[in-house]
Amino acid sequence: MLDATHHFDHLPAAPGVGYKPQHFSDITSDSGSVEWLEIHAENYMGDGGRPLAQLRHLAERFAISVHGVGLSIGGEGQLDPDHLARLKHLVDWLNPASFSEHLAWSTHDSAFLNDLLPLPYTDETLTRVADHVDQLQNAIGRTMLLENPSSYLSFDESTLSEPEFLDEVARRTGCGLLLDVNNVFVSATNLGFSPQEYIDAYPIDRVGEIHLGGHDEDHDDHGAPLLIDSHGREIVDPVWALLDYTLAKSGPKPALIEWDNDVPEWSVLETEAARAELALSRVLA
Amino acid sequence: MKVSQTQFRTALLDPDHPIPDGLSDGAEGDARFNVYRNNVTVSLTEAMHSAFPVITKLLGTQNMDGLAGIFLRQHPPSSPLMMHYGGAFPEFLAGMEQLAHLGYLPDIARLELAIRRSYHASDSEPINPEDLAGLAPEALMASVIGLAPSVEVLRSDWPIYDIWRFNSIADAPKPQPIAQDVVITRAEFDPEPMLLPPGGAVWIRALLDGHTIAQSYEAALGHYAEFDLGATLAILLQGGAVISLTEKDIA
Repeated sequence: MLDATHHFDHLPAAPGVGYKPQHFSDITSDSGSVEWLEIHAENYMGDGGRPLAQLRHLAERFAISVHGVGLSIGGEGQLDPDHLARLKHLVDWLNPASFSEHLAWSTHDSAFLNDLLPLPYTDETLTRVADHVDQLQNAIGRTMLLENPSSYLSFDESTLSEPEFLDEVARRTGCGLLLDVNNVFVSATNLGFSPQEYIDAYPIDRVGEIHLGGHDEDHDDHGAPLLIDSHGREIVDPVWALLDYTLAKSGPKPALIEWDNDVPEWSVLETEAARAELALSRVLA
Repeated sequence: MKVSQTQFRTALLDPDHPIPDGLSDGAEGDARFNVYRNNVTVSLTEAMHSAFPVITKLLGTQNMDGLAGIFLRQHPPSSPLMMHYGGAFPEFLAGMEQLAHLGYLPDIARLELAIRRSYHASDSEPINPEDLAGLAPEALMASVIGLAPSVEVLRSDWPIYDIWRFNSIADAPKPQPIAQDVVITRAEFDPEPMLLPPGGAVWIRALLDGHTIAQSYEAALGHYAEFDLGATLAILLQGGAVISLTEKDIA
């Protein structure tokens, strides 16, 4: 385990960013508004080398959120025991301030598809997801945050809304929720619902972290707007507005800027974090 | 209508396969489902680009995209650790008839996989080279050398070192048609491929099997009568690759 002297036991209600190795020296010299960092768990599952050395260094100064992108919690099959063991190993070593994963599936019949795929919201999938969340929480010995997905389509068989589904998983397992307001905005546009009504219905008291990110704008075959959760550009104004709407209900929360593709210079990312800090300060006031 | 993940996955990986019944997207047509198809294809293709930058350069981005599209459907990742994706790529390249004239591609792919393994291998502490100098020659020859987990050895009938350098480093000389063996060492965090003298790969592999320096030397001489032990050892020491030295009793 790492030196516990600088241990952070929770994420601050302040801006964080998704950590990219190219920003290492910027972050360690002047992190600006950024108070905490999120890493993708799967990128830190090697045996050694630069990724783990950088993470060890960063963990002394920043609260770290470990964000899994590969467990396939919504998968029809069993959770991969090897991957559960890898997650436990990482969490035991790093003792991060937070651990989160997605309401999605990515592995089926042992093929990992490297995308967060959607699942129907039914009693059957609810039982399965709650079992998997229980299994994960038992494996890593702590509660997790479960994140809402970006959706491009819905399932006819669904009987529950997404906020109802997440609320029930959280109630059954004791897990917290990671509310991605960009995902809400993307899904709302694509599936034709009101993002504000989604937030109104969402179990806001269970939110432990908020995600913000940029999306691409496209159109479907009929010219209807189709938003794609690309994490490759600035956050758009309507998503900032939805953050304000959410924070007014939730109070200040740890708020993360996600920028995973076409990663910009540190100053661009820091500017986004500063804007999140401003939004957080308005709720504090 | 229930949509199973088997149905979803089948349609995801096969653009000609009809989209499963039971999905609503507020519009007719495939555009919404195609977002998932595109995400899977693009993300795995990008993973192949970053795993095999030299192969990508040799083939051109467009050709690499086409190959990756076939590869990812035949060999989707078997774990969420994308740092290890592409292990089956050398054999896949070797089996592509239209690439038969580029016989070196599979070995270049093996070199790129080895560089990545080295990058993620466990850390280790090299010995002080002086420790070797302090030993009597007989004691040194009877010793067993422990090598860092980041050490990788490759043998090839092709000039893999020259091809790798020519496509990775500015102003590197053009490859000549010769067989080349390579050792990868990682002094700190950056794996460095180094050209081995003839017999060097045999010697290092014998060391990795736990043989003494002398036993490994015999094996290398059997491969190449003028094997240069000193030069090969120097490459390992410079790369911080020697992490232990254990004297065996001289019987």
